[in-house]
Amino acid sequence: MSAQGDAPGGAERGPGAPALDGAAVRGQGAPSPRAGRIGRLEPAAIAGVMSRDVTVFTRYWLSTTFSSVMEPVIYLLAFGFGLGVLIPRVAGLSYIEFVGTGIVATAALFSSVFPGMFSTFIKYRYQRTYDALLAAPVDTEELVTAEVTWISIRAGVYCMAPLVVAVFFGLRPGPGVVLVPLIGFLTGFGFASFGVTIAAFAKSIDNFNYVISAVITPLFLVAGAFFPVAGLPAVAETIAQVNPLYHSVELVRHAVFGLEPVADLISVGVLVAFAVLMWRIAIWRMRARLID
Amino acid sequence: MSPSAAISLRGVRKRFGTLTAVDGIDLEVAEGECLGLLGPNGAGKSTTMRMLTAQAIADEGEIEVLGRRLPGDSKRARAECGVVPQQDNLDVELTARQVLAVFARLYRVPRRERHAAVDRALEIAGLTERADSVVDELSGGMRRRLLIARGLVHRPRLVLLDEPTVGLDPQVRQELWSLIDALRTEGVTVLMSTHYIEEAERLADRVAVMAAGRIVAYGRPSDLVREYAGRETLEVYGPPARLREVEAQASERGLSTRRSGTAVAILRAEDVNGFDVQGERRAASLEDVFVVLTGAQVE
Repeated sequence: MSAQGDAPGGAERGPGAPALDGAAVRGQGAPSPRAGRIGRLEPAAIAGVMSRDVTVFTRYWLSTTFSSVMEPVIYLLAFGFGLGVLIPRVAGLSYIEFVGTGIVATAALFSSVFPGMFSTFIKYRYQRTYDALLAAPVDTEELVTAEVTWISIRAGVYCMAPLVVAVFFGLRPGPGVVLVPLIGFLTGFGFASFGVTIAAFAKSIDNFNYVISAVITPLFLVAGAFFPVAGLPAVAETIAQVNPLYHSVELVRHAVFGLEPVADLISVGVLVAFAVLMWRIAIWRMRARLID
Repeated sequence: MSPSAAISLRGVRKRFGTLTAVDGIDLEVAEGECLGLLGPNGAGKSTTMRMLTAQAIADEGEIEVLGRRLPGDSKRARAECGVVPQQDNLDVELTARQVLAVFARLYRVPRRERHAAVDRALEIAGLTERADSVVDELSGGMRRRLLIARGLVHRPRLVLLDEPTVGLDPQVRQELWSLIDALRTEGVTVLMSTHYIEEAERLADRVAVMAAGRIVAYGRPSDLVREYAGRETLEVYGPPARLREVEAQASERGLSTRRSGTAVAILRAEDVNGFDVQGERRAASLEDVFVVLTGAQVE
């Protein structure tokens, strides 16, 4: 515990870093030059929070990757070979093509809404991680933005897993497939923010069951991922139109098999509006939760 | 506010519903000073600490930290503050080095200086040998040292320590004391909340005693002792019946007493004449002051 006196010492101390020695601190008197711009949504603060996420991710990426790949394999085996035998063509696509693109959006949903809910709740309630981050030069707005952005990046990457798997089942994507990670990111941003909002409201982790049964499962089913929305009763079809996940499913299919500019712009609009709205609500609720 | 004050609070109040956690406090901590915020659990110490990082927003009053007005300019102040929380909130799945590297970045240590900053913090924590151990594998004392080093990785001008040694065994506590003492020697301003009297007595230049959300006494530990507890304390040991007897005799003579387990302490024993009680005379302590002022039992 020989502490500060020796080793790196004064020589390595950059001109910008505030010195621990009181004399140096008081002698200079000038504000620290590294303070720089300190405003809202600073990239440095967001990058700092995300660097924590990335570092933690290096510890569990293998299990996340494994489950992201295994799940679509199982879905495609079950639906493709099970239902696919009964249903030769859906909306002009083979069933493998229909489901293979449908589960891309649901993969983005699950890889964003669940981390948004569970890891946010665990981090502020049990691990008190956010207490530590907010004591640093980071505001709630930057904290939430960084967390949601990180989850969305992961959603954008991992939503490709089902597509890659589907290729082995015979799906042949068009060039628009390069847009799929962006669609996954955008979908993930809204649903991660939604998850963070739910975590901010939740009194206990059991509360999530209500949201999963009453909101997420219906959204997941009425999105046209496994069966076309067109066959549903009128009410469900209307609900699908305001379901962001439905628009995500549509966008992915169009990206892979051919874009439909007007419909797709509307879908992008719905997803952007959902993402921005949920992002702001998540910040507002987390601030109420984290700042006394 | 005097120009050299690192922390200044004026008329600060904080309510939670009907509970007033902090009830109008004024406090100044000079640059380079170590101030001990002493008080029983629930006195408002942690709320006061959280207000200094804008993690709690005052309902009334003015707060300045390192010349920045809070809460508006808090982020700039936080960049130059190190915070050591009461509750361990380390990322348990990361290594000691990773924990420090993340915080070096969060505290905006320039990229080319980060590696040296992390090495230096590892040395402060005495964890150079265990740099690549996962936090989960570290002992309680090592974790606490890492928690403190995490708050020092960016060489802060001001360090806020919330109950830094609570729940640690005496040997680990001694280690942390020398670490805090080293900071003080280097001229870093330290605000430390504690409910351990000995901690405040050893480390603090000045002490503010808090009770029920107010500051009830402020000054150098030795001055406080003289003012509130006199020079000597007479400790009388005995069975409960005997202790009650002594208390009765003392109060007849207008002396204040306090009970601590198996003993009665008679304060200002230097003023006692012809009071025929056998006991042990000792120098009055900050603990006596604390009990007189807060009415609390001491751990």
